Amino acid sequence: MKFVTPDMLPALPEIFVFSMACVILVIDLFLSERTRVVSWWLAQATLAGAALLSLKLAVADPVVTFGGMFVADRLADLLKLGTYVITFFVFAYSRDYLRDRGIFRGEYFVLGLFGVVGMMVMASASHFLTLYLGLELLSLALYAMIAFQRDSGTATEAAMKYFVLGAIASGMLLYGMSMLYGVTGSLEIAAVSRAIGKMSPDNIILIFGLVFVIAGLAFKVGAVPFHMWVPDVYHGAPTAVALYVGTAPKLAAFALFLRLLVSGLEPLAESWQSMLVIIAVLSMAIGNLVAIAQTNIKRMLAYSSISHMGFFLLGILSAESNGYSSSLFYILVYAAMSAGAFGMIILLSRAGFEAERLEDFKGLNQRSPWHAFLMLLLMLSMAGVPPTVGFYAKLLVIQAVIKVGMIPLAVAAVLFAVIGAYYYLRVIKLMYFDDAEDRTPIRAGRDMQLLIGFNALVLVGIMPWVGALMELCRQAIKTLS
Amino acid sequence: MVAEHILSLVTWLPIFGGIAVLFTGSDRHADYARQLSLVIAVLTFILTLPLYANFNSATHAMQFVEDHAWIEAFDIRYRLGIDGISLLLILLTSFSTVLVVISAWKVIDRKVAQYHAAFLMMEGLMIGVFSALDGILFYVFWEAMLVPMFIIIGLWGGPNRVYATIKFFLYTFLGSVLMLVAFIYLYQQSGSFDILAWHGAKLGLTTQILIFLAFLAAFAVKVPMWPVHTWLPDAHVEAPTGGSVILAAIMLKMGAYGFLRFSLPILPDASHELAWLMIALSLIAIVYIGLVALVQEDMKKLIAYSSVAHMGFVTLGFFIFNTQGIEGGIVQMISHGFISGALFLCVGVLYDRLHSRMIKDYGGVAGRMPVFAAFLMLFAMANSGLPGTSGFVGELLVILGSFQVNVWYAVAAATTLVFGAAYTLWMYKRVIFGAVANDKVAGLTDATPREIVFLSLLALAVLAMGLWPYPFLDVMHASVDHLLQQTMTSKL
Repeated sequence: MKFVTPDMLPALPEIFVFSMACVILVIDLFLSERTRVVSWWLAQATLAGAALLSLKLAVADPVVTFGGMFVADRLADLLKLGTYVITFFVFAYSRDYLRDRGIFRGEYFVLGLFGVVGMMVMASASHFLTLYLGLELLSLALYAMIAFQRDSGTATEAAMKYFVLGAIASGMLLYGMSMLYGVTGSLEIAAVSRAIGKMSPDNIILIFGLVFVIAGLAFKVGAVPFHMWVPDVYHGAPTAVALYVGTAPKLAAFALFLRLLVSGLEPLAESWQSMLVIIAVLSMAIGNLVAIAQTNIKRMLAYSSISHMGFFLLGILSAESNGYSSSLFYILVYAAMSAGAFGMIILLSRAGFEAERLEDFKGLNQRSPWHAFLMLLLMLSMAGVPPTVGFYAKLLVIQAVIKVGMIPLAVAAVLFAVIGAYYYLRVIKLMYFDDAEDRTPIRAGRDMQLLIGFNALVLVGIMPWVGALMELCRQAIKTLS
Repeated sequence: MVAEHILSLVTWLPIFGGIAVLFTGSDRHADYARQLSLVIAVLTFILTLPLYANFNSATHAMQFVEDHAWIEAFDIRYRLGIDGISLLLILLTSFSTVLVVISAWKVIDRKVAQYHAAFLMMEGLMIGVFSALDGILFYVFWEAMLVPMFIIIGLWGGPNRVYATIKFFLYTFLGSVLMLVAFIYLYQQSGSFDILAWHGAKLGLTTQILIFLAFLAAFAVKVPMWPVHTWLPDAHVEAPTGGSVILAAIMLKMGAYGFLRFSLPILPDASHELAWLMIALSLIAIVYIGLVALVQEDMKKLIAYSSVAHMGFVTLGFFIFNTQGIEGGIVQMISHGFISGALFLCVGVLYDRLHSRMIKDYGGVAGRMPVFAAFLMLFAMANSGLPGTSGFVGELLVILGSFQVNVWYAVAAATTLVFGAAYTLWMYKRVIFGAVANDKVAGLTDATPREIVFLSLLALAVLAMGLWPYPFLDVMHASVDHLLQQTMTSKL
């Protein structure tokens, strides 16, 4: 047997980010409290560098390397670029927040970058093992980040819950994969797909494997009935970590769905379609209804995220490329909205004060009309009200289910969107119609102000180019085998 | 250049103008905000005049068309164009916005920039609704408009404003999302979001009926038709004067416009099939809501219910399928825009002085405010359909039209002449005549020059349309004939 050096080039961005994370880890040891910002700069530079590398290496046709374990295609490129941008914003929003709480440590950025590597590996995985490797790399980084503020009881509790449940979910996923391996004799996704194509779709072990895989996936995106961890983690974790958990990993979860269900198990589409319908409807229902009862905005956003995952699944469950690209568009938009919303919470928080009750948004229009306006845009976008980009995202996924003839599902989805609109409107109501209790001026660094302004305004400003973004998503899905 | 993009210009000028007004900032610079918005509103109005002047009334084809690629993957295009029906509504919109800006001049002193910005943006969005020829573009304008209105009612409204505005938003949002599902379905059937292409799309009867019901959910809420009208009195009562004017004068017309642009031409067979339902709902609105208006003690509520009743006339006119009916309905839409706008402004004039909308708090106003009383007299008469005012033309045409279909429709519809006169004139009597009710009324001062300006503009419009309706009817003839022909051609 001859050892062949694999083509490393397509994986260069992963290698780069990983090496930089290690370098920052070492450099950080030699930094004092005052110069710690160097780690931050290095982390941001790493993301920028990775983005350049990914753009440079972007390929039109898929390139498979590492013996079929790793694939570089347009979907992976798009998801990675999305991950860099979102993480860049996350790090930028987090800096002052962490500093004010005395947890401005290099570990946050190092773990964050390791998580990014995990997401990148997931985006590029073409093998069950790579997929699982990426997922665990991400999950372990997340467990540690959530427990990062170690003096906080709620954070530790959230981390414990997430760890235990996450380990069970990973186990289920792995168990499902092992059944698929047992039936098909391969771990390589393309080979699995070919093997299943030749089998009867009623094969009981296949179906069992599929159920476990779906359960694992649903846990990772936080869809009902595997959603219990979401509100606790969002609520318990420091806001800067909740911001990280609630944004870029959703892109990686999309990769997980596409690589496993579409590239691997599309011959079983009929089976997973009906499972996802139930999960999607339940997520939209429970997410939207329970969000109404929340008084903590982080918990509200957690339930809102559950409902968004329901909408996101609508595109996937249509089981055709039009739907996949709709879901891709949805998840990109959701990550941007979620980053903005958590960014606003961070902006309103200050040393010794967490702006995490809904009441803390009271009278924001009196305190700062500009920030109230930004939050208004974010909330409208989450509710899916035109002309914000959240509307186009919902339009696309609903269009996808109507296209495959599931009109009752589309009607249910829009009705849940109306229910959801209520609690987003409530935030707007608090900001605009109520009087401020707390009149402390809002202070934030200039870069933060600039970025969050950009983040919110782009949600409406993108309107003329929204077609181009959709086209990007379509192209990314097209190259998927 | 300007001539080719005139529709885009009148749509986006107020929207970007509104954003510019926002930047005048805090209330220390309130006068800048006022002046800038007046300039933008007047400029937009002037720019809509060439639309009328250059309109070719001989054709039903869309005019001033603009067509640009937008979202190519789904054949969603930036398509604008107007026919005789939308032309009048656009003029009404730009005219009303000028009045709203003037009427707020002295009255709004809190967050002035935001107030004016919201109205200007809403103007642009409403013009967009009336000129959009693409389903998604239409929907974007249609929904986006809820946001400024939500803020207007919630921020400058009365004591119960938060309840009213959330009810308003969710009610209308619920109606619209079903319309969106229908739009997407039509796209799947026709391969395009082009509204004119939908006009020609072949659809089976069951499909048509389902789509009709989805459209009905959106349009009936907006019109509003009985029994989904309950948001309107709340919203009207709590909204500031300007908000009530825009709600009554234009927003309600959007629902009616939806029937004309979507339901009738796209779904002719379902329209005929369900005409009985529409006529029944319209007649209930006319008779029952007319009676409800009679017992109101709050002037704004009374006018709000009167709006529902008058809009019942509009929908009745549309679903009796003859020229008089549809033209009468459209005339009624425009005329109601003037009259209800005027009545709400009149209530605003009184409210600004006494801070009460209750009829019982007034009495004997005529002695203190003779000029104002004369204006209100004219508008009250117009609201009851006095010949010579615009209110008469539309009602007469619709009643004539319904006579051709069924005498009893006409009889039921004609009761509005009695009820309308009863509730309007009774309110007028209690507020204006009689002994001076209390000290506050005794201290009233007559209309200021600013108020006289906007009231006389509306008075002119009401009289002009009543005495010489030809210019209004002329531009819509070709479009209405074409619409009627589409409605009469079965798609089965």
